[in-house]
Amino acid sequence: MDNLNFLFAAYTAVWVLLFLYIHILARRNRSLEKDIEELRALLERRARER
Amino acid sequence: MNESVRKWADTFLPPAALCAMSAAIYLVFEYVPTAQGEGVVQRIFYFHVPIATMTYVAFGVVAVASAMFLWRGTLGWDRIAHASAEIGMLFCSLVLITGMMWARPRWNTWWTWDARLTTTLILWLIYAGYLMLRGSVGPTDQGARYAAILGIVGAVDIPIINRSVYWWRTIHPAVIVGREGTSGLTDPRMQVTLAVCFVAMILLYLWLLVVRLDGMRLRDRVEELRQRALREASALGTAA
Repeated sequence: MDNLNFLFAAYTAVWVLLFLYIHILARRNRSLEKDIEELRALLERRARER
Repeated sequence: MNESVRKWADTFLPPAALCAMSAAIYLVFEYVPTAQGEGVVQRIFYFHVPIATMTYVAFGVVAVASAMFLWRGTLGWDRIAHASAEIGMLFCSLVLITGMMWARPRWNTWWTWDARLTTTLILWLIYAGYLMLRGSVGPTDQGARYAAILGIVGAVDIPIINRSVYWWRTIHPAVIVGREGTSGLTDPRMQVTLAVCFVAMILLYLWLLVVRLDGMRLRDRVEELRQRALREASALGTAA
């Protein structure tokens, strides 16, 4: 009994979902880091202007 | 999380998880023999079982962290519960998907209302509700408390899933410890492969948890800076 297609589909599903989740987390964290940099720059600019 | 622990985890966990995962894939596809009479699809089991175990661990962590949050009121415990619930949902989805991929050729159906399958689906639904609750009430203290109660109650399903193959008449295989108390894995190569897959999944869970907690820490920082910017802007407006 050879069911290679099911084996392939199962491992593909595992890898696709894991990479998708890791990608979403990494993208979200990068966007938050960018927000932090922008807010810091804004606060520093205001401090200099005062 | 302690800063030095976080830095160590950020450095150590990604390469360790990737190495363990590569080794696991090599063992599953090249090293381990196919179980007699099971066909090549049986190799799904080497990922299915560790992912299922890590689902129990992830939701178990939700329950413990939720209990600690209710007891101590520390926000850190609530963050751990939330992060672990998200990862647990991912793992639980993978358990259901890989299980269906195995069931179709072996049972000739994608799904059957077997005790273990049904209780696992209930677990998925409980924690889907948990995440929906968190999403709908936002980061409020009351919302965190309701979620914590659901997180603890939901975990009651974990021992039921685990014992379901012994308590009820079921067609789900009991592999690691058979129904007669014997091991279903007689070949040492199968035991080694399963052990490496377990290590890979533990490292993967820890890595994902650290990354998710990092995200929550960054969100807090953004919120803090945003509030400060708003306060300063309103102070400037008042002065003008």
